[in-house]
Amino acid sequence: MALMLVLAIYFMLPLYFLIVAATKPQGDLASTSGLTFSNFQLFDNLHTLFTFNDGIFARWILNTVVYAVLGAAVGTLISALCGYALAKFRFRGREFLFSVILGGVLVPSTALALPLFLLFSEAGLVNTYFAVFLPSIVSPFGVYLARIFANAAVPQELIESARLDGAGEFRTFFSVSFKLMSPALVTIFLFQFVGIWNNFFLPMVMLQKEELFPITLGLFTWNGQTARTPLLQESVIMGSLVSIVPVIILFIVLQRFWRTGLAAGSLK
Amino acid sequence: MTDIATRPTDAVSPPPRGRRRPRLDGGGPRAGTIVAFLTPFFLPFVLFYLVPVGYALWQSFRVVRRSGGQYGTSYTTFGGFEQYVEVFQNDEFWASIGRIGLFGIVQVPVMLFTALVMALLLDTHLLKLKGFFRTAAFMPYAVPGVIAAIMWSYLYSPQLSPVVDLLNGIGLKPDFLGPGAVLWSAANVSTWLWTGYNMLIMFSALQSIPQELYEAARIDGAGNWAIAWRIKVPIIAPSIVMTTVFSIIGTLQLYSEPAVLRQISSNISSTFTPNMLAYTVAVGNNYQQAAAISVVIAVITFVLSFGFMRLTSKRAGL
Repeated sequence: MALMLVLAIYFMLPLYFLIVAATKPQGDLASTSGLTFSNFQLFDNLHTLFTFNDGIFARWILNTVVYAVLGAAVGTLISALCGYALAKFRFRGREFLFSVILGGVLVPSTALALPLFLLFSEAGLVNTYFAVFLPSIVSPFGVYLARIFANAAVPQELIESARLDGAGEFRTFFSVSFKLMSPALVTIFLFQFVGIWNNFFLPMVMLQKEELFPITLGLFTWNGQTARTPLLQESVIMGSLVSIVPVIILFIVLQRFWRTGLAAGSLK
Repeated sequence: MTDIATRPTDAVSPPPRGRRRPRLDGGGPRAGTIVAFLTPFFLPFVLFYLVPVGYALWQSFRVVRRSGGQYGTSYTTFGGFEQYVEVFQNDEFWASIGRIGLFGIVQVPVMLFTALVMALLLDTHLLKLKGFFRTAAFMPYAVPGVIAAIMWSYLYSPQLSPVVDLLNGIGLKPDFLGPGAVLWSAANVSTWLWTGYNMLIMFSALQSIPQELYEAARIDGAGNWAIAWRIKVPIIAPSIVMTTVFSIIGTLQLYSEPAVLRQISSNISSTFTPNMLAYTVAVGNNYQQAAAISVVIAVITFVLSFGFMRLTSKRAGL
């Protein structure tokens, strides 16, 4: 129990520090203790964050939604289609395709970013939304999970009877199988969302225009400028808090999906 | 796979609307439909996974040469293993591998052992507030590595950190960003980020063990510790192997945490980890060399993760 309490404090300390620091004026950051509140300036700090540099932070939020939310949504759909086909259709080369995808799980995404940059610069795609969005929709791990879940959740008899009723494969998928798989699809979505939200190397390699940055890259850039512009420090802290608190709340709300997904992922 | 067993022989039932369908394997949808299901994933998979891997390989076998001395025009040509020889002769490369190796040998066991102990504690009846502990440990997973490193860098910085203040108060003078400590400061960020995630994987596996097994062990006189180490841990061994493999992959890819700490510590060079080295070389316009470094990192990742899986599956008979 004592050990768990110590660990719980360890896990929550940085977040607590961030909340406290976000309420303080810049001048109090260094002069007051990091663990206690001083002058409460949360709303001033929020105002500064969203007005600095013509309010570019709001733009970064929008970009992150495009990259992470839209990317994970598209990625989940294509992973579900592919995983379902690999689980439920029998065709030659099925196992081979699946092995290729499993190999893809092991390819480090940082090793992909540099060659992708070269290919995209030849295609003129560097410094566009597509440069980060398109590679992000591919999730071999998502296909792997979709195949496991389709096997477990969609009875073959149901597909057969839909076929006998004359429904096409796509209609069967969207009206029958998709609903049965939907808890699993939430899991795949969450995994992929975290993957994109975490992938810092790809946007850093692909993007030079600040207007296209996701929040992570934007805050990283600001953090590098705090030596010259100390006032930015408060905005880096405020920005970190603004970006992670909604995600943490979302995760706590959706926890039961995580647990089913993690359990399925660890089966051999 | 179970679908082979449950599959009824639909070759007997007539095709709908009496139309003859071309079949690939005796049953199921027509080939065109299967392709339509697979293409939305495979087209981007080929374009953004397989092609870049192939392109990196191709680039890594090329070199830039100049014709007519230093001021001549440059051209790229086939160089065989020249780039790889250069990688292996590069002291900075070996230094970065050494750091990552040290990091992995310490950080991965510490993190996974902590995760395992937490998962076992959560699985007992001894602990109260389970939901709270589970959530507290898992929260960091929602935080991207960059932001986690920024948060911790404030806790490391001598001017801002309440932790440094506290330690100074009891007479210690920690220097989290010093030359000997900064690697472990980065390791702490990784541990903070991933312990809860690994714990949850192990905990989920523990929850799927049937309770009767414990009852039988108790009748045989096994205590809590014996049940934990002799029954629970061996049963969830596949999960532990999986978390280890993911951790190895993660370690070899280390980039964001040291990159952020580099902004406030002069003790992290631009070639601190293999990935940082690859990026630095690429920015210096030597893409062929950067490609060779990326390929070497990927190969090491493959060898270590497959090697570990083979080793453990042989020994544990999984």
